Amino acid sequence: MRRLHRRAVVRELLAGRGEDLLVVAGLGAPAWDITAAGDHALNFPMWGAMGGAAMIGLGLALAQPKKKVLVVTGDGEMLMGIGSLATIAVMKPRNLAVVVLDNERYGETGMQETHTGHGVDLAGMAKAAGFAATMKVAAAAQVGRLRRAIHAGKGPLFAQVKVDPEKLPLVLPPREGSYLKNRFRIALLGPDAVHDE
Amino acid sequence: MRVHALLKDARIRQVAVVPDAGHAQLIRLCERDRAMRVARLTSEEEGIALLAGAWLGGDKGVLLMQSSGVGNCVNMLSLPLSCQLPLLMLVTMRGDHGEFNPSQIPMGDATQRVLEAIGVIVKRADALQEIPEMVSGAMRIAFNTYRPVAVLFGQKGLGAKDFRKLTAGAAE
Repeated sequence: MRRLHRRAVVRELLAGRGEDLLVVAGLGAPAWDITAAGDHALNFPMWGAMGGAAMIGLGLALAQPKKKVLVVTGDGEMLMGIGSLATIAVMKPRNLAVVVLDNERYGETGMQETHTGHGVDLAGMAKAAGFAATMKVAAAAQVGRLRRAIHAGKGPLFAQVKVDPEKLPLVLPPREGSYLKNRFRIALLGPDAVHDE
Repeated sequence: MRVHALLKDARIRQVAVVPDAGHAQLIRLCERDRAMRVARLTSEEEGIALLAGAWLGGDKGVLLMQSSGVGNCVNMLSLPLSCQLPLLMLVTMRGDHGEFNPSQIPMGDATQRVLEAIGVIVKRADALQEIPEMVSGAMRIAFNTYRPVAVLFGQKGLGAKDFRKLTAGAAE
């Protein structure tokens, strides 16, 4: 079976997004993927802190229960923060979705294999941890269902999307953390977000 | 306890925790406080990322842990450091004054140097009565100047875990 293309999946998940969707992307390809779909003030692309993407999503989801929070990350990044699946499952944020674009590779370092190519079932781990909803996505026809589930607010939702291990041109987001933070906070909280305290 | 009141006055909403005996009372008070969400973590670095997300979403937070957890946090600290995020870490010391357990010494002895090496501001409270003032000052630095600050609660004030007392009676 032909594998899904990661940029097409992300484009479909983010197309026509409103102001109620907050997006965190793990370092490397997922950060380039969300940027290729259109740079946005309510994107927080990571440049490091590997293993932290899902937990950033949790903190954001707890702070903003009326918004939907989407974490887009890779299999290697998720494996490094695998304990956070347990923490998220216990906190039960209904507005959080974690979508892993699983190419079974460490893409930025030379396409070395990760555990997911050797039988480790991330969606199964999320389900066993206690996520309210888990999905495995392998065909284009299922991406629409994933998009609806992200907006349904019946999470925490975990989706493992098997994607082609293609090497794509990098589409870089802004790289200064302080700018990314303030751009995000102003878009979410208003101009006073950088004047308080 | 005065630390809980300080956190409450500062409108701290997310409390990230890997438990330590020295924080037990504070954790209980935060769990009972309906204005706070306590997140139990599997490992301390999760708390650094959690509180980064909290700040992005407009919530203030605090990370409670033992000094051994500082070693787990080091690379994740690149997040608040590179994004200039406020971060308040309250760290109860092991491997410090009067330690009994050899395994606690390497990380405990290096805790302050490790934090300072990566760029976290470190304050120490070695006597119990210093704790509220040190927490208050550290909190103001963190949230007013947008950077990670740790307060180390020394074992001299907290008291070293007494293993001989804990094992007394085990042979009977």
